[in-house]
Amino acid sequence: MFRNQYDNDVATWSPQGRLHQIEYAMEAVKQGSATVGLKSKTHVILVALKRSTSDLSSYQKKIYPVDDHVGVSIAGLTADGRLLCKFMRTECLNSRYVFNSALPVSRLVSSVGNKMQYCTQFYGRRPYGVGMLIAGYDLQGPHLYQTCPSSDYYDCKCMAIGARSQSARTYLERKLDSFPDASLDELIGHGLLALRECLPSDSELTSKNVSICVVSANKKLDIMDDDRVQPYLDQMDNTKGGRRQDQEEEQRAADDMQTEQEGQPLEPPSDQGRTDEDSMEH
Amino acid sequence: MEDYRAPVEVQWSPYSWNGGTVLAVSGEDFSVIASDTRLSEGFQIYSRDFPKTYQLGDNVVLGSCGFQGDVTTLNKVIEAQLKIYDHIYQKKMSCESLAQLLSTILYTRRFFPYYTYNILAGLDSKGKGCVFSFDPIGSYEREVYRAGGSASSMLQPLLDNQIGLLNQTGVEKKPLSVEKAVQLVTDVFTSAAERDIYTGDGIRINIISADGVDIKEVPLRRD
Amino acid sequence: MATDGFYLTSDPLGAKCDKKETTNMAIGRTLRPIVTGSSVLGITFSDGVMLAADTLGSYGSLARYRDLSRLLKVNDTTVAAGSGDYADFQYIARLFESLNIESDSYCDGHSYTPRSFYSWLTRVMYNRRTKINPLWNTVIMGGYHDNKPFLGVVNSLGVSFEAPTLATGFGGYIAQPLMRDAYEKNPSMSKEEAQKLLEKCMTVLYYRDARSWNKYEIATITTDGVTITGPMKLEGNWEVANYVRGYD
Repeated sequence: MFRNQYDNDVATWSPQGRLHQIEYAMEAVKQGSATVGLKSKTHVILVALKRSTSDLSSYQKKIYPVDDHVGVSIAGLTADGRLLCKFMRTECLNSRYVFNSALPVSRLVSSVGNKMQYCTQFYGRRPYGVGMLIAGYDLQGPHLYQTCPSSDYYDCKCMAIGARSQSARTYLERKLDSFPDASLDELIGHGLLALRECLPSDSELTSKNVSICVVSANKKLDIMDDDRVQPYLDQMDNTKGGRRQDQEEEQRAADDMQTEQEGQPLEPPSDQGRTDEDSMEH
Repeated sequence: MEDYRAPVEVQWSPYSWNGGTVLAVSGEDFSVIASDTRLSEGFQIYSRDFPKTYQLGDNVVLGSCGFQGDVTTLNKVIEAQLKIYDHIYQKKMSCESLAQLLSTILYTRRFFPYYTYNILAGLDSKGKGCVFSFDPIGSYEREVYRAGGSASSMLQPLLDNQIGLLNQTGVEKKPLSVEKAVQLVTDVFTSAAERDIYTGDGIRINIISADGVDIKEVPLRRD
Repeated sequence: MATDGFYLTSDPLGAKCDKKETTNMAIGRTLRPIVTGSSVLGITFSDGVMLAADTLGSYGSLARYRDLSRLLKVNDTTVAAGSGDYADFQYIARLFESLNIESDSYCDGHSYTPRSFYSWLTRVMYNRRTKINPLWNTVIMGGYHDNKPFLGVVNSLGVSFEAPTLATGFGGYIAQPLMRDAYEKNPSMSKEEAQKLLEKCMTVLYYRDARSWNKYEIATITTDGVTITGPMKLEGNWEVANYVRGYD
């Protein structure tokens, strides 16, 4: 049942100097569907792949508005993500109430990082099982941050988290140099192409399962769903000639192999919500 | 008598009176809400450019005057609550809901009231013009027209006569047009500025319709 | 942030506390100002903001401290000028200091704008009055940010507003009309014109305000940052005094 005797609670070190519970929490992020964030000099965007647990249920929301200048997309435990979003909203609201100004993104991320750290150090608590991409715009321009259950956070040029996100990161790395000067449409195009790399083999991007969030100077946060996403999908299909190319398939297969070697082997990625706990038993 | 304490002269008040008048009129598919732009205390004019109407949504505007410290705070509280509402329900609050919210907020300070006179104007969920008037501790009702603040006792009888058609015989009741409403608002404010030292400098008129809020500014006497 | 909270009465002279109150309630409140500063002035000009304050700390009608600075550089874009209780102004200065230390500790390159400082001070003042424990000041805040001048004032009750010309206390009656008139005739005055206007207003205040003094400082906030000059001396013209009976 247990991997070893050091993973029962978050407050116990392993002899190798690891906190297994935190590492398990990091795995929860990889179970969530993928989300991609990237920024130019003027915009920062998030694109996310929504999942529905069955044909009877709606697609689970992935991108949350936090304030006029901050949006967040989550991967992992949605409930934990919602809680952290609520916290961030309160922080932003406080800043506007007291200082009459938008909270700088770095300070927002630092405060949510501190909150997330607390439960990684105390017996009887569990880390938040959610990874977030925080997109925001402040006086210093566009920002993209990634947060982890370990309460680490990173200032990113672009990032992808969630299931099969390694292939999206590979795509982003390859195109990295073209982002700073990209137009908004180009940026969204890149975001969607990166997100497409994360799709399970039997599905494709549709206006139902994609959310797009745009943050820029002097413009309120804009989250697009459904019909508003369709034009961008059409554009992508036109320019990229529809489905993925074989070469990219191979790349993806190689990436998946690599992921398995790095982390513990996971269940074959399922599109039906989180895989069950059994995947942690290896 | 150890417990005896002589009456102590109250030498400090947590309130001040910063004047200002607000006025709202509703029509069939519009409403008009206006305030003067003077901020004052005692015999000092603090500012000649301080309108006391605050747009809270696409077609809802709050007029608020009295103690300016409370007015500012109240507005900040409302704005925060509106954002929370927006996050939860992903829609803008209706005028009726906002009226109830304002009442609740005012009543939270029942025993240390916000010293503010509030009038809320906008379009209701059916698209009809609506006006809600409040007392400082949250009692409110929906009305067709209402004046509040410094010169309210001068404006209200004029509105009773001209819009409510009270104390008139043989008048035909016609629906109020936007033009008539704006003209009336301008006239009654001009009159009030003649007599009330806490009303003057200018009028900010917000004309609320389905298209949004149109703002008109009219100068008043500045003495 | 220690922006509020009652202070315990450890003051041996009971200078700031009502004796009766403190023995019964064990908490002290500022019931009246003790050492006070008189009017402060502020004006926006074409590419900046200028504030002026004399250097007197009065103890009632006694001109007790004649070299107090009442202009506070909050950061490189913002200056606060305080009238009213000087101890409370020093406390506000300390609050600004801790706010800045906390902000700087992030080392993220962000700093508060003049409007943010002003908004924050408005909340501090309002919250203190709501606890019936006000800070007995009227503070003018001037700043320059994003190529725009900022000038706002907040008093002990939390009443706050922005205006292109401002004056507190007696200056509200004496200097404000002069400044409004000058500003209306010349809304984009030069730095020199603004300084001249403030000097004139300070002189008139020195003639008319019994709690004023003939030494004053001026703070100028432009894109180049904050400069506080002075104390300068007001000479005035006292020739007319010879015509007053009993003056020698």
